[in-house]
Amino acid sequence: MEIGMTATMIPAAAQAIPAGARLEARAVTLSYGGQPVVESLDLAVPDRRTTVIVGANGCGKSTLLRGMARLLRPTDGAVLLDGKAVHERPTKEVARTLGLLPQQPVTPEGVTVVDLVSRGRHPHRGAFSRWSAEDEAAVAEALEQTGTIELAEQPVDQLSGGQRQRVWIAMALAQQTDLLLLDEPTTYLDVAHQVDMLDLLAELNARRGTTIVMVLHDLNLAARYADHLVAVCGGHVVAAGPPREVVTPELVEEVFELSCQVIDDPVAHTPLVVPVGRRHRTDS
Amino acid sequence: MTQVRLGSAPGLATGRIATSGRPRGTAAAASGVAAAVVLVLLASAASIFIGSRPVQPAALLDPTHPLHAVLAARIPRTLLALAVGAALGLAGACLQGLTRNPLADPGILGINAGASLAMVLGMSVLGISDLSSYIWFAFAGAAVAGILVHAIASMGPGGATPLSLAIAGAALAALAASWTSAMLLADRQTMETFRFWAVGTVGGRGFDVLLTGLPFLLAGAVLALAGARLLDALALGDDLARGLGRRTGFDRAALGLAVVLLAGTATALAGPLAFVGLLVPHAVRAVTGPHHGRLLPLAAVAGAVLVTLADTLGRVVLPPAEVQVGIMTVLVGVPAFLALIRRGRMGAL
Repeated sequence: MEIGMTATMIPAAAQAIPAGARLEARAVTLSYGGQPVVESLDLAVPDRRTTVIVGANGCGKSTLLRGMARLLRPTDGAVLLDGKAVHERPTKEVARTLGLLPQQPVTPEGVTVVDLVSRGRHPHRGAFSRWSAEDEAAVAEALEQTGTIELAEQPVDQLSGGQRQRVWIAMALAQQTDLLLLDEPTTYLDVAHQVDMLDLLAELNARRGTTIVMVLHDLNLAARYADHLVAVCGGHVVAAGPPREVVTPELVEEVFELSCQVIDDPVAHTPLVVPVGRRHRTDS
Repeated sequence: MTQVRLGSAPGLATGRIATSGRPRGTAAAASGVAAAVVLVLLASAASIFIGSRPVQPAALLDPTHPLHAVLAARIPRTLLALAVGAALGLAGACLQGLTRNPLADPGILGINAGASLAMVLGMSVLGISDLSSYIWFAFAGAAVAGILVHAIASMGPGGATPLSLAIAGAALAALAASWTSAMLLADRQTMETFRFWAVGTVGGRGFDVLLTGLPFLLAGAVLALAGARLLDALALGDDLARGLGRRTGFDRAALGLAVVLLAGTATALAGPLAFVGLLVPHAVRAVTGPHHGRLLPLAAVAGAVLVTLADTLGRVVLPPAEVQVGIMTVLVGVPAFLALIRRGRMGAL
């Protein structure tokens, strides 16, 4: 946690210019049923940092993540991974670089923690290759880093929501990718487990240097944990940069149609959004 | 890429905790294989030596014994029961995995009924009479039924859910079965040949029948067993499977082909056997867990044993008459099915 916190406290100037961007969306248009949800969007994901995508419901933020994860083929433009269109590359090769944790993965009935985490090794294995020492070490490391090693032999469907989410993170870690995309990893968790989950991801980012891209609902947690905050509205990026520069009352009004005050978070010293709402609106 | 730190968790790195990618230690795997072999041998012995007429086992080795031919005829019958049972167990496990649907079964999804209908059409309309020709009709019928059921089930608002697949499959199976019956009733000659086959039987067939079907069964089995890791990935949901580098459409097509080969051939050889493909994977999963590398081979073994024993039982329940194996699998299957429901094993995969 200590390391994670210091990572978010690097002075804004140092974060402003990302060292590089292995994952990039270039003028990408993503559609569902012929209807464009994301239109001609550009986004560069800073390497080895945590990028958080925020926006109102239906703004296209999850669609954008699906497009970057190659689950959705762009109708125009391209998503580039290491300079090559991610949809054109062999998908198994991509899976060794780019990991994905969807919002609602399916837990096979009766699967044990270690069995589930081991499935993260899939892209590293041939159709008939044996389970290697490298596979074993990757799984052990993933279990250890997510604090799930004690749960290894337990069935996943009997764990609490917070533990279960840790197991899914462990599965993604066993995949040993340099980049990890997560679609709302804190959904269905109570606030304590939300903070715990984001701390875990911040630690992993600090320890492994994994580039993290996630969609989050909670703007304040997003501001706290993001190095690079991307606000999406109507399928376009309306603002991107360090949270301190992005989160302003004007932007929140534009993106969420919510009037608010932005104050200093007394704990993390990141922007803290305090909604006004109709009931407390006295100044207008 | 993060450096792998060997020994970061000594217990795991030394294999104290068995991970899913490999069998639970070679010793456990060996004892599993040994147990499977013993079960198959016991079921085979029962099938050869138990029947409506008591025969001394020694008669099998004595060509001059008056009942030698009775026992000798039970050998291809037993092998056929083993092969058909293994095919149906494997097809069921494969189908449940690829649809992520605990109700999936070549019987319930109408695949066996589709194969039957196509075969009867081939015999009755086109006058096809030999197995090597009508096996192709069985494949075509199985494939068309599978695709149709999936298409019908996908029309609903939620897509192909376990419920919509089961309903569409039941409807199509009923339609195909009644059409098959109508054609058999209208055509006395076909009826005579296939009235036993239509309820499912492994009796009265020689080695030639088995040999005709064997290449297709082997191809289906190899394809299905090679797909174990694909099924493990698909089990996590399509998004995650694709995130792990799977092409889910391609994988489903390949596994679907395996199911059509296995279930289509089994139906061509022995008629539409119900419940085997549904029950066997459920029962086996209770032992192996959801890891397909262990589930698939054991489902094949359990299916083989179940059909062989059901056929044996069918020869002794109403002597001197024989009850067809297709009826026996239903008689054995329904109570077992109810037991599974009571134990709550019919949940999501």
